Amino acid sequence: MDLIQRILENRFSVTAVILFGIGFANLMLQYNLVKKVVGFNIMDSAVFLLLASQGYIEGAMPPIVAEGAVEATAYINPIPSGLVLTGIVVSVSVSAFSLALIQRIYHKYGTVDLRELVMRTEKEED
Amino acid sequence: MRPFVENFPFFSIFLVMVTGILLSVVRSGRLAMRISVAVALIAAVLSAQVLAYTVGGDLSFTYVMGKYAAPLGNEIKAGPLQAILALTFCVGMAISLLGGSRDLERDVLPRKQNLYFVMSNLTLASLLALTYTNDLFTGYVFIEISTIAACALVMARDTGPNMIATIRYLFLSLMGSGLFLIGVAILYSVTGHLLMPQIHDEFRLLAATGQYALPLTVSVGLITVGLGVKSAMFPFHLWLPDAHGSATTASSAILSGLVLKGYIVLMLTLMVRVFTLELVLKTRINDVLLVAGVLGMVMGSVRAIQQTHIKRMLAYSSVAQIGYIFMGFGLGTEVGVVASCLHILVHACSKPMLFCCAGKLGDAAGHHKNLKNLRGSAYRSPLAGVGFTVGALSMIGIPLLGGFTSKLYFASASLHTSDRTAVILLVLAVSTVLNALYYVPAVLAIWSPGSEEKLAGLPPMEPDWGFRVSTLVSIAAIFALGILYDPAINIIEAGIRLM
Repeated sequence: MDLIQRILENRFSVTAVILFGIGFANLMLQYNLVKKVVGFNIMDSAVFLLLASQGYIEGAMPPIVAEGAVEATAYINPIPSGLVLTGIVVSVSVSAFSLALIQRIYHKYGTVDLRELVMRTEKEED
Repeated sequence: MRPFVENFPFFSIFLVMVTGILLSVVRSGRLAMRISVAVALIAAVLSAQVLAYTVGGDLSFTYVMGKYAAPLGNEIKAGPLQAILALTFCVGMAISLLGGSRDLERDVLPRKQNLYFVMSNLTLASLLALTYTNDLFTGYVFIEISTIAACALVMARDTGPNMIATIRYLFLSLMGSGLFLIGVAILYSVTGHLLMPQIHDEFRLLAATGQYALPLTVSVGLITVGLGVKSAMFPFHLWLPDAHGSATTASSAILSGLVLKGYIVLMLTLMVRVFTLELVLKTRINDVLLVAGVLGMVMGSVRAIQQTHIKRMLAYSSVAQIGYIFMGFGLGTEVGVVASCLHILVHACSKPMLFCCAGKLGDAAGHHKNLKNLRGSAYRSPLAGVGFTVGALSMIGIPLLGGFTSKLYFASASLHTSDRTAVILLVLAVSTVLNALYYVPAVLAIWSPGSEEKLAGLPPMEPDWGFRVSTLVSIAAIFALGILYDPAINIIEAGIRLM
């Protein structure tokens, strides 16, 4: 029971770790290039989940200063949200770049399977 | 009022980055190339000013970006080590572009040439930012920028194998930056800071009380391995030979000589400024670095011996040289880190030149890259032959050349450890022999008389002033590091102290 209790308390971190593992395994082990990109996105989402959950404070307000100043402790921590935002920008641009590259590879070779591509390039070089 | 020179680190980053963006509207590739070289040299002058200022005053300074002071804002921190690295990066970039300019004109489509220089400038800007930044998350952002820019540099030569090399490079890089990012996230959630000095304070406090020992160790490990993957630490080097071997000359030079160093410099900054060497020793991460470095030194050279393609050989040699640097970190002592820094400088001076000379020798032999076909090519382009020979001898570690000095410092650094001296000296000796085993045959091949009829049919070599200047500057730098190394060592030692 104690274990379940702890998992529930840290549910965001646990989910993040599981997602990171899934994404990482996909990025490393998949041969399909598109699936690799998907794996990379899952991995990054896991990090964003971890970061965002670290900055969340139960019952606190969004960090927008409305009329009438409120104590800083009444807001959630805005820095992790900012980091997540930056991270999303980075991950979107990297995804776009890799998808564009995969598209070109597909046009040239007609496949997105890494094993086959490596085999073909070795033949080309011989 | 603080001295104006303290603005220069920011100016150099900003200038290079803005130039990169503006070059996207410059139509002429040749003009873009001239602007890029000029801007790299201006940034080099700015870095030299910072170097003179920090060395002269024996100080390092923090530059607050924007109006928010720590712990809220973003910061740059510059000392002698950062300045000399930035200077080397800027000069190395100019050398690579000048030396590889002829190949660039041939390998890159004419209407896309200006875009190549957009990427080279973004690479340089991110390298400078990685060197100067005092903020972990800024480091992450610039890691990603340099990844994308470096991939584009590999892809500039638009062939099938190159695209495959790029995609493999990209995916391994993404793996590395993913590991780095989650390491940063854990570190942030434990310490609550992203600025390095603040993390350092918290880190020291937590280490003293023993709280959060496991998360901190995990995060140090993740950050180190993540940066290691990106800088081709031994088991993760598989992407490097393809990417560096098949790209155009200037790209290979930039990637091997400079981009790898950007990540290593960030790792160095973290190890010295944030985690401190003594605490790193406790986590035993440095043992991992030592083993990876030693294996890389041997295996990189063994694989290099098996290559017949001259640029792939140089690429595997980079794996070995990166191994030296990690071995220095792995010693976990200040002397080891100093030796590694010296090796970073030496490698950044000689590898770009080796790649440029290899490209030129290939041209001289009629666009061949195979060692067999390069016979006699040095006679058709003597300067490239001399440059390649000097670079190769420096890599082997012949006295009077830069490579000898750094190996000497590695050897003497190993004496400061109690239990590792024998292993390190042995590996240094073995790897020197291995280096000689592939560099000497290559040098012999280019200087041995080739078959007359094969070379006679080739058009005469056109004079290439950019290449001449870049090679002469590199040769001078290698000799300077080999003979007058005292100033460089003093700067590095002061830099580590003032980190």
